[in-house]
Amino acid sequence: MRKFREWWRRGSGLIWLSGATLALCLLMIAGLVGYIGVKGLGYFWPGPLIQAMTPNGPVLGQITGVEEAQGDDTAKVQFRVGNRDLFGQDYRWVPKTDLHAPSRPREAVLVERLEYGPFIGRIQGVTRDGATLATGPAALATIQGLLPESVALQKRIHGLEKGEVGGLNARIEALRLERRELEAKGAPAAKREALAQRDQALQNQYAASERRLELLRAQGERVQVTLAAVDGQTKTLPLAAIVRLVPANALGFLGKARVYGARVWEFLWDDPRESNTEGGIFPAIFGTVMMVMLMSVVVVPLGVLASLYMREYANQGWLIRILRIAVNNLAGVPSIVFGVFGLGFFVYALGGTLDALFYPGKLPTPTFGTGGILWAALTLALLTVPVVIVATEEALASVPRSQREASLALGATKWQTIRNVVLPGAMPGILTGTILAMARGAGEVAPLMLTGVVKLAPSMPLDGSFPFLHLDRKFMHLGFHIYDVGFQSPNSEAAKPMVFMTALLLLLVVIVLNLFALRLRSRLRARMGGGAF
Amino acid sequence: MIEFESEAFVPEPAPGVPAPAPAPTPAAAPRRIADIPLTDAAVLQAKPVIQVEALNLFYGDKQALFDVDLEVREHTVMALIGPSGCGKSTLLRCMNRMNDLIGSVRIEGRIQVGADDIYAPGVDVIALRKRMGMVFQKSNPFPKSIYENVAYGLRIQGIKAAAVLDEAVERSLLASGLWDEVKDRLQDSGLGLSGGQQQRLCIARALAIQPEVLLMDEPCSALDPLATSRIEELIFELKRNFTIVIVTHNMQQAARVSDFTAFFWMGKLIEVGLTEKLFTNPRVRMTEDYISGRFG
Repeated sequence: MRKFREWWRRGSGLIWLSGATLALCLLMIAGLVGYIGVKGLGYFWPGPLIQAMTPNGPVLGQITGVEEAQGDDTAKVQFRVGNRDLFGQDYRWVPKTDLHAPSRPREAVLVERLEYGPFIGRIQGVTRDGATLATGPAALATIQGLLPESVALQKRIHGLEKGEVGGLNARIEALRLERRELEAKGAPAAKREALAQRDQALQNQYAASERRLELLRAQGERVQVTLAAVDGQTKTLPLAAIVRLVPANALGFLGKARVYGARVWEFLWDDPRESNTEGGIFPAIFGTVMMVMLMSVVVVPLGVLASLYMREYANQGWLIRILRIAVNNLAGVPSIVFGVFGLGFFVYALGGTLDALFYPGKLPTPTFGTGGILWAALTLALLTVPVVIVATEEALASVPRSQREASLALGATKWQTIRNVVLPGAMPGILTGTILAMARGAGEVAPLMLTGVVKLAPSMPLDGSFPFLHLDRKFMHLGFHIYDVGFQSPNSEAAKPMVFMTALLLLLVVIVLNLFALRLRSRLRARMGGGAF
Repeated sequence: MIEFESEAFVPEPAPGVPAPAPAPTPAAAPRRIADIPLTDAAVLQAKPVIQVEALNLFYGDKQALFDVDLEVREHTVMALIGPSGCGKSTLLRCMNRMNDLIGSVRIEGRIQVGADDIYAPGVDVIALRKRMGMVFQKSNPFPKSIYENVAYGLRIQGIKAAAVLDEAVERSLLASGLWDEVKDRLQDSGLGLSGGQQQRLCIARALAIQPEVLLMDEPCSALDPLATSRIEELIFELKRNFTIVIVTHNMQQAARVSDFTAFFWMGKLIEVGLTEKLFTNPRVRMTEDYISGRFG
């Protein structure tokens, strides 16, 4: 006992306690990241396709879960059987005792399609213009050979739809607005005639583009693939509807790794399909990064200037003390409240006014009077401005008085001292605040739901069409994507891995943004020859 | 000349000054100062640069300076001595109005620099501070390069011409005796210098704007004896071109470097006189007690 007391008195106990607490915190964080990582990254690995007999006929699919026996319930196995269009659902629970003669048929194929989720079964044959090219398992190689061309064709069609047709649409819409304005003004008939002619020309171009698209689409329909499900039902679909063929049981490690790489690539760089449960999430990544950057561009000057006044110029009386407390408390206001404010003030009041002033032609269709990336960024800027203010104030206070005095004694004005000595000295601290604000902003979802985030944005806030930066557009966001896919999806079981993967990606985006700011900070610090932070 | 690469402070002869044969030992006062005969006539005939008249200073309700009258002559060194909290630093900071930074300060009386009353309404404080260079107790170089530290005062005046800045930097570093030590690394951070070098860098920074007066607030209190003697030598050099007011705790230092000494106690100026006379033959009992170490 005395020994223990001695041990405690020397402080060894506290060292152990604090060390253990730190270890616990790290363990929890590592656990969280590890869980998300394993669940998410494992999803893309092509698992084996198991076929087994049950009293209700054969079942073929990936095993995605096992439930042990509990009380009266027997042990059950969850199969991902796919073929939603034939079976009605993707997943099936089968009692373990009902399963007989499990095998891994080499000819079983998982077909990733554009619609209805994956098809799991066997290939019966492939035809071109009605003539049979190959039948049975041999058709697999034929289809694999034709697939790259088909995928390229799909890309071309998609590009045309988005680029050419989209551009034409925008021009026709602009022309329509112009005509409406002219009609309202009662412009001379000659002018209106000219516009009508231009409109006709555009319509003709549009029709031509549509015809070209039709031809391309028809080309994609020429090759038809017939697939058979495990229960004998068959399905014929055009090659154009197929994204990828994965004969999971026949693939070696390298082949699986190739499929894995292709799937991760698709996830990172493609648009989502099937109400976001499949395909990629590039628009969400892009939207998140852009929104955070827009927010930073607004919040940093706002926060820095405000705290500059509070710390350097304002009389440090009771008013400024109350203000400081108020700012700190602002950081504790639930974020949804900021969302409501953003909706009421930015979207309706500010956006509505902007529409009335600058876009009256488009009304009642709102331009800025509805949620958009600008309003979302501004709302988040408001949400994170206390973080920047607190960090900046701390940083300003940490610039030694002796350096300010040195500058003033040399005949510098207060502003010159702030610009040349105080702000450079506080810069690392200001950047720390920016990093914190960015991390906070990137993870927010609630306020965004009210101010501009959508499940699926048809076009991105930054693209090739004039004026390139579309601040009025709605956008996709990783945080909202997690909520939407995980909890609002019609097929949430299939979307579960997507949730983990998206969470992992959101984490990565925050880390990358932080690393960027950290690098900036260390470079600044190196230039300053050692700072206070 | 031997090149010293180490960062540690190594006494090197200031340019234009003959090298002392052996490096000065820490204990000994710089000999050069002792070599110069101080003729009463010369310093007493110099014209006054700073005149403090009936100065009272209050921090809120607390009075820190009582009815101070003091005169500083051109191209002389005035040492302000006294125990801690006696108001000597406060007086120094009145001379370039650095006390303005403290909100609660109130001043009565007047201080005249040259022909101008510096507390008269409408005085340009910025212009005043350009005339009164200041060196602080703790060396406070900016976290910038050596070059930028020295050029700072000129840059904020809007001078951009590289030739002008180069010339001023070299001149100031030469005058502060730092040139030979740093001329090859002007772009290195000023914070990489040793303590004594940093303090001389601060002196160079103050000299760059060509002030009339140098105000030094215990410039050696944070330095080792070797660096201290180096600064003291420098003060003696600078006296030729500048008027210097130095606050010091070190009585030997005051005796070594100054022409005049003023002794403060509890915010009051007790005695002021030629340094030689004040230290050898103080007229007030309290001064004698202080300089002989009986109190304070």
